[in-house]
Amino acid sequence: MSTTTAGAIFVLSLIAALAVAYRYLGDYMFRVVDGERHSRVERGVYRVLGVDPGAEQSWGVYARSVLAFSLISILGLFAFLRLQDLIFKVPDFATPINERVFPHLAWNTAVSFVTNTNWQAYSGEAAMTHFVQMAGLAVQNFVSAAVGIAVAVALVRGFARRKSEQLGNFWVDLTRITLRILLPLAVVAAVVLVAGGVVQNLTDGTTLSTLTGAQQHITGGPVASQEAIKELGTNGGGFYNVNSAHPFENPTAWTDWLEVFLLLVIPFSLPRVFGRMVKDNRQGYAILAVMGIIAVASIVLTNVFELGHAGTVPQALGAALEGKDVRFGVSNSATFAAATTLTSTGAVNSFHDSYTALGGMMPIVNMMLGEVAPGGVGSGLYGMLVIAVITVFVAGLMVGRTPEYIGKKIGAREIKFASMYFLITPALVLIGVAAAMATGNWQTQANVGPHGFSEVVYAFTSAANNNGSAFAGITVNTPWWDTALGLAMLLGRFLPLIFVLGLAGSLARQKAVPASAGTLPTHRPLFVGMVVGVVVILVALTFLPALALGPLAEGL
Amino acid sequence: MRTPRWISQHLAAVRALLLFTVLLGLLYPLAITGVARIPGLRDHANGSLIEVNGQPVGSSLIGQSFTDADGNPVPRYFQSRPSASGYDPDATAASNLGPESIEDTLGDPALDPDSADGDGSKQALLTQVCARSKAVGELEGVDGSRPYCTADGVGAVLRVFRTDGLTGKVTRAVSVNQACPATPFIATYEGVTVECGRFGEDYRKGVLVPVRGSAPERSAVPADAVTASGSSLDPHISVDYANLQAKRVATIRGVPLDRVNALIDEHTDGRALGFMGEPAVNVLTLNLALDRMQ
Repeated sequence: MSTTTAGAIFVLSLIAALAVAYRYLGDYMFRVVDGERHSRVERGVYRVLGVDPGAEQSWGVYARSVLAFSLISILGLFAFLRLQDLIFKVPDFATPINERVFPHLAWNTAVSFVTNTNWQAYSGEAAMTHFVQMAGLAVQNFVSAAVGIAVAVALVRGFARRKSEQLGNFWVDLTRITLRILLPLAVVAAVVLVAGGVVQNLTDGTTLSTLTGAQQHITGGPVASQEAIKELGTNGGGFYNVNSAHPFENPTAWTDWLEVFLLLVIPFSLPRVFGRMVKDNRQGYAILAVMGIIAVASIVLTNVFELGHAGTVPQALGAALEGKDVRFGVSNSATFAAATTLTSTGAVNSFHDSYTALGGMMPIVNMMLGEVAPGGVGSGLYGMLVIAVITVFVAGLMVGRTPEYIGKKIGAREIKFASMYFLITPALVLIGVAAAMATGNWQTQANVGPHGFSEVVYAFTSAANNNGSAFAGITVNTPWWDTALGLAMLLGRFLPLIFVLGLAGSLARQKAVPASAGTLPTHRPLFVGMVVGVVVILVALTFLPALALGPLAEGL
Repeated sequence: MRTPRWISQHLAAVRALLLFTVLLGLLYPLAITGVARIPGLRDHANGSLIEVNGQPVGSSLIGQSFTDADGNPVPRYFQSRPSASGYDPDATAASNLGPESIEDTLGDPALDPDSADGDGSKQALLTQVCARSKAVGELEGVDGSRPYCTADGVGAVLRVFRTDGLTGKVTRAVSVNQACPATPFIATYEGVTVECGRFGEDYRKGVLVPVRGSAPERSAVPADAVTASGSSLDPHISVDYANLQAKRVATIRGVPLDRVNALIDEHTDGRALGFMGEPAVNVLTLNLALDRMQ
């Protein structure tokens, strides 16, 4: 079987598995977030938290709860990272904490994991103890993912409810999503990953003498438990520096398939929850179709560019194999790269910095699309719904009617929230890149010329969109980079999130508008095509100049 | 007195973080660690170690260097791929060099390249590939030439100066990766004599021109033999690279080539389910099997 055929079957089998999951996982998640009953464990949790699970929250209170939880998480994780050497210090690093995890690095890492970005300016095996990885970083893998899903559900409630001030209870959503969706799936995935060869222990590993007599330290760590939620929660922060390329995180070609599946499965199933909650499954299918079309196009293009191996070094090689492992090969690596940036995961099984110029552009473009196809857990759905709101607005302008979506009028207030949501990320990316270039901080790049510029663009695009992957040659563990990217991650997560909840609040307050002859049907191919067009055109208008100076200059 | 709302929210947040830390940060990973103790999973969970005479010699998932103390290949072993970390699991890294990383930084001839600080030279990815290809070609007795590589194993790259910057007549051409007194890989470029590269000279006004040369599109040395992997711990090589090395290993060990080829087959992990990944030969288990045979 040729590489191309095998690579195509790899993608098709993922699509088939995701199609099955859409129905079943989607319906299951709908029951979790829409149910009334609390289990005994959950009632215990609410008692410990001191919250009344029956009390629903307005959008403002919901937003403040999210922000309070995230703020406490950042502070707690920052302290944990700085104090990690005090308890259960395995491995026993010789470098003291003040030379290993600088304050600026701890800030960057704390923000990174709480915002579901998982950008890593450190090397896991050389900086973090097992204890802080599992009890600090991996905890945020769960709860930051749950926050994303909770906010998406709150937005959908805004569409589904009539004349209501209430969007649900954040603490209930957080608890249920964590305990009933993320945790059970992570347990299953972690055990399967161990069966595939992922390590799971609490030791420092084994130091041994190799066949030629050299010393090699085989590392240990609670990797499988972290790897499972890292993919499932579209987090992406690797236990080790080389992330999912590491044989202990991703030992075989089939664990590779599983990891791609895990990082896509929740984002692609959430439109089902949307469809069920607004009591019209066709609306879910329409959103799914938009996500699917963009995702398939991106995966195919990345494969075409990588298998085509254009560029001087790839031509000298005869295959774009630098930075890729043999067991995955070129095609499955390209598919992973596309999937990890179409979602907000940012895990990598190969190094994007060494991709062909245009193959390496695809991850950047995927992130620039706003990570909506399918996007991060929750953030993908709410991002796509905002784009859908913008689309009906654009369509309404064309025919001179007040636009509607899912029975709600899109008026001035709604479109203001939607526009603010859309503008914040490009502003962060472009201002950040400009600042790096103007202040000379770009000089930490590893490559020269257009590729070096691409490293800078990639860094801010990844941070502002909460992705976390990188053109990793650039050195970013400096006070300036850690601070700047930390700010980009923080603002890129929480400002959009506040605007989404504001939009949800103003939608929930409205009464339903009955569909009329002039209403644009939002479940038909016409609308699907329009949303795809809006995504692509908005992004092209915003980012083409930056792309022209980087990957396009290099690849054309 | 009731606690103000903004305080109670933060108190709930603190309690939530603590509770989830216990549940997701302690109970969950410890439970998985417990499950991973059961036979069948335990060896995997501990790193898939391979023991010889009761001593661990490696992990079947982690690659090793089969080189001597000076970094030269030990010819009786199949060689692994190049690695940006030297197969050190404590410092995993990829090269992160891009597809147009083609211009070297030449070393200062006044400094000793073997000193602790080196001579300041830095090889671009293209030169690394060309040098490895030449070395593998020599080790295996095949032609190691590749497109865009010079015969002396560096990137065949010129800086071409023209009268109007990007256009116009060529006024000067420098083979930037070939430090003087090397002989440039081509004598002339559009009628202008090509110079060798001089340390410290600023060639940035010239246009970078990689020169393809006449090497066949498909080199006798496979791509995985001359590229660093993403993990820097790649335990595998391609079937092509294993086949290329088979003759050398068979000769040195004095075993029939058929036996070595059979072992390669035995240690090739095919595509999972027939379509996932690429066929890959596990270098460590293959080398161990060779040692066991004798």
